[in-house]
Amino acid sequence: MKRMTALFLAIIMIACFTQVFTACNSEKTLNLLNWGDYLAPELKDEFKKRTGITIKEKPLTSNEEMMIQLEADDCPYDLCIPSDYAVERMIAEGRLAEIDHANIPNLQYIGERFLNLDFDPGNKYSIPYTWGVLGIIYNKTMVDEADLGSWDILWNEKYSQQIIMYDSIRDTMAAALRYCGYDINTENPDELKEAADALIAQRPLVKAYLTDDVKDSMIQGSGALALVYSGDAVWCTDPDEGNTDLGFFIPEEGSNIYFDNIVIPVNSSKKEMAEQFINFLLDPEIASINTEYVGYSSPNTAVLDLLDEWFVNNAAYNIPEEDTVNCVIFRDLGDKINLYNNEWDRIFK
Amino acid sequence: MQRKGTVIDVKRARIAYPYIFVWMPLFIVAPMIFVLYYALFRDGQFTLDFVKQVFSDTTYVPALWNSVWIALVTTVVCLLAGYPVAYILSHMKTRTAALVSMLFILPMWMNMLLRTLAWKILLYDDGIIINVLSWFGINSGQLLYTPGAVLIATIYDFLPFMILPIYTTLMKIDSSHIEAAHDLGANGAQTFMKVVLPQSVPGIISGITMVFVPAMSTFAVSTMLGGKKVLLLGQVIEEKFLANKSFGVGSTLSLVLIVLVILSMVIMRSVDRENGREGGTLW
Amino acid sequence: MKKLGKFIKGAYLGIIVLFMYMPILVMIVMSFTESRSAASWNGFSLGAYSALFADGDVMDALLTTLLVAVVASVLATIIGTLTAIGLYSMKKRPRAVVESITQLPMVNPDLVTGIAMMLLFAFIGIKQDFGVIRMIIAHITFNIPYVIFSVMPKLRQSSDALYEAALDLGCSPLTALTKVVIPDIMPGIISGLLLAFTLSIDDFAISLFTGGTSTNLSMLIYSKTAKGGVHTKFCALSALMFVVVGILLLIVNLRSISQEKQAAEQNKKVMRRV
Repeated sequence: MKRMTALFLAIIMIACFTQVFTACNSEKTLNLLNWGDYLAPELKDEFKKRTGITIKEKPLTSNEEMMIQLEADDCPYDLCIPSDYAVERMIAEGRLAEIDHANIPNLQYIGERFLNLDFDPGNKYSIPYTWGVLGIIYNKTMVDEADLGSWDILWNEKYSQQIIMYDSIRDTMAAALRYCGYDINTENPDELKEAADALIAQRPLVKAYLTDDVKDSMIQGSGALALVYSGDAVWCTDPDEGNTDLGFFIPEEGSNIYFDNIVIPVNSSKKEMAEQFINFLLDPEIASINTEYVGYSSPNTAVLDLLDEWFVNNAAYNIPEEDTVNCVIFRDLGDKINLYNNEWDRIFK
Repeated sequence: MQRKGTVIDVKRARIAYPYIFVWMPLFIVAPMIFVLYYALFRDGQFTLDFVKQVFSDTTYVPALWNSVWIALVTTVVCLLAGYPVAYILSHMKTRTAALVSMLFILPMWMNMLLRTLAWKILLYDDGIIINVLSWFGINSGQLLYTPGAVLIATIYDFLPFMILPIYTTLMKIDSSHIEAAHDLGANGAQTFMKVVLPQSVPGIISGITMVFVPAMSTFAVSTMLGGKKVLLLGQVIEEKFLANKSFGVGSTLSLVLIVLVILSMVIMRSVDRENGREGGTLW
Repeated sequence: MKKLGKFIKGAYLGIIVLFMYMPILVMIVMSFTESRSAASWNGFSLGAYSALFADGDVMDALLTTLLVAVVASVLATIIGTLTAIGLYSMKKRPRAVVESITQLPMVNPDLVTGIAMMLLFAFIGIKQDFGVIRMIIAHITFNIPYVIFSVMPKLRQSSDALYEAALDLGCSPLTALTKVVIPDIMPGIISGLLLAFTLSIDDFAISLFTGGTSTNLSMLIYSKTAKGGVHTKFCALSALMFVVVGILLLIVNLRSISQEKQAAEQNKKVMRRV
């Protein structure tokens, strides 16, 4: 009996040790640095079925964390999905590999207006994944229609303790900067100070500073207003899982328009496999499955024909081009970001 | 008879050498030196900038206080709520006590993040607690994303760590002492104050350390339930390392945390000494 | 009067037990809701469980957690036990020094241990790709002290005479060690192993900083829910964990009770003979 147990334990240990070594460096694995819940899980299975390549996801919660991960000398990732300004920074620092467009024939499906943007002219290093606009989600039962339209509403005392802000430097500062009438990429310390002061003044009105939690809070009706990405607004208004009392608008002063992009870190030794995955994601059918899961708008023009009617008619998903006229992309600020960091720290002290 | 205890045997001592000369210096001492290095050096030059920054910047000091008071309140509440539990347990029949104490061990074996997550569900604006309170006509207002939410979850997470050590020391108290006290005419309260409580001090001490130290450095609870309204030292440290890459400030804050922990242990130990007991070997 | 006291005691215990179990109960109940989010109840369904098992990330994380816990706790137990035996035979002064340093990972907040390890790994070049190995090394390091300090008291209790007798009878030191000393301190080794395993399986902060590309269960829960909504699959996971842990504890407890019974009966027999 004792000997049997010992044998059994020995087998478990050996199995564990072999597992440790196979788990570490597998040839047919792509390491993907991604946001939480930002890729339909079934697509990983599908990709594995088609190519035998496993996608190993590492979830993060901010662009800043992604940039730090890519800075490491031993950066182990083969793919990453940063936003526009992070891409700009990564390119400037030489952290990204050039993407061979010949390996990505499905690039033809990406709409004109999403290509050749300022942060990466010619899309040498990045391929659009999703896009959207920073806006405000509101609960129709709690907010006066008359108050809608402007950033002012986030400073309206009527909604004290019902406002949820986004726990992310650039986005929350962008709202404050537009509210004060400044450019969202400003490097002027006085303007930043004024915006931060506005946010400090707003603090008593704020219920909480959240990130993905915003969705649950708004769906439950525990907040009247929240600063959100349009993609999250789509998720919140979903008729099955969401709350149909919710609406979304882009403030008339203009806002931030964002693009999340797939990039390949320069250290990746599996560039061709990574490109294969990018091409897979751009396939219209795959892209439509993905966008329905994630809720963020797809830059893929062929997707609209495949999507459910509901998405096509949703102003937060299928955002008309004229609504984005006043919207600006975040630029990489280099070291000037510290101006933002300092003001940000001041808000929470 | 020879003295009891250690047999000094140089040959036999050798089997500890791999640990003493390889593992310990490499994986215990060296990492701490790195933390010290990052806190006190910049590009190879000695500097006190980070230390100054940490104590002059108005962001870090409040986070420090938040952590200290959350840990203190947690420890006090756990002690006040946990001691009676341990006391009642120690007066049960051995077998019943074993089963009931299992009830307190079981949650400890569940993943701590899952247990914290449960509080999120309970504390939702439309959640159970708010609804139950409103049946009783109490309007509690918002619970989630408040300091109270962080506090209740830390208390919940660490309560068993207070109950169990106290319970074990209470079990060890010789019942003849209590009987003697009764025979000498002490009433229940007197017996408790003069006999039981002093003898349970070692358990209280280890309970306090087991609650206070992890509560000081907790950060998952406040990220999950605090909604950035209560910033704790642990959160700032995590952010410095994972989101800002300010290793200098992060390491300095880590050192501050270590100093606080050691300080609390020294205090604990001196209390334990005053009680005339050997205070473990913790520093 | 006595009855009242008993009632108060019982009621108090009940309240605390309720406090301990209410969150777990809520998780179990919500694991059967139909919606994806644990925020609302909208009808019975087992969807959360199928979502849990279909989620490759959760299964991967579970595997990583178990793998790291098994390997780290076993290795830590081996190293820790040998070290404890060696330390026990050392002179007082060096032994005290080693013991104090060994306590560092127990005293240090786990967050700091994790950070320190991360800095070390970056310096000596254990790459992030080897996340599992990094985690295992870190876990062994913080497990060793717990093993040493569970084995030490047992060594103190065990009699040196037995070891010496074995040597006198011609055993080599190694055989004396495996045949005499180790069996004698077995209970300490086992409790050290169990402690190491539970600490490792529950660890979050140390793994967060050392994990590299690998993700354990705590890290996954944190990154998916800390700043996000509560997906019901995590409720299902809690419910399953609760059941598994409960059954394990019950088995251990019943076994120890029956062993106690046996021991007590044996004692009675011995007493009678005397």
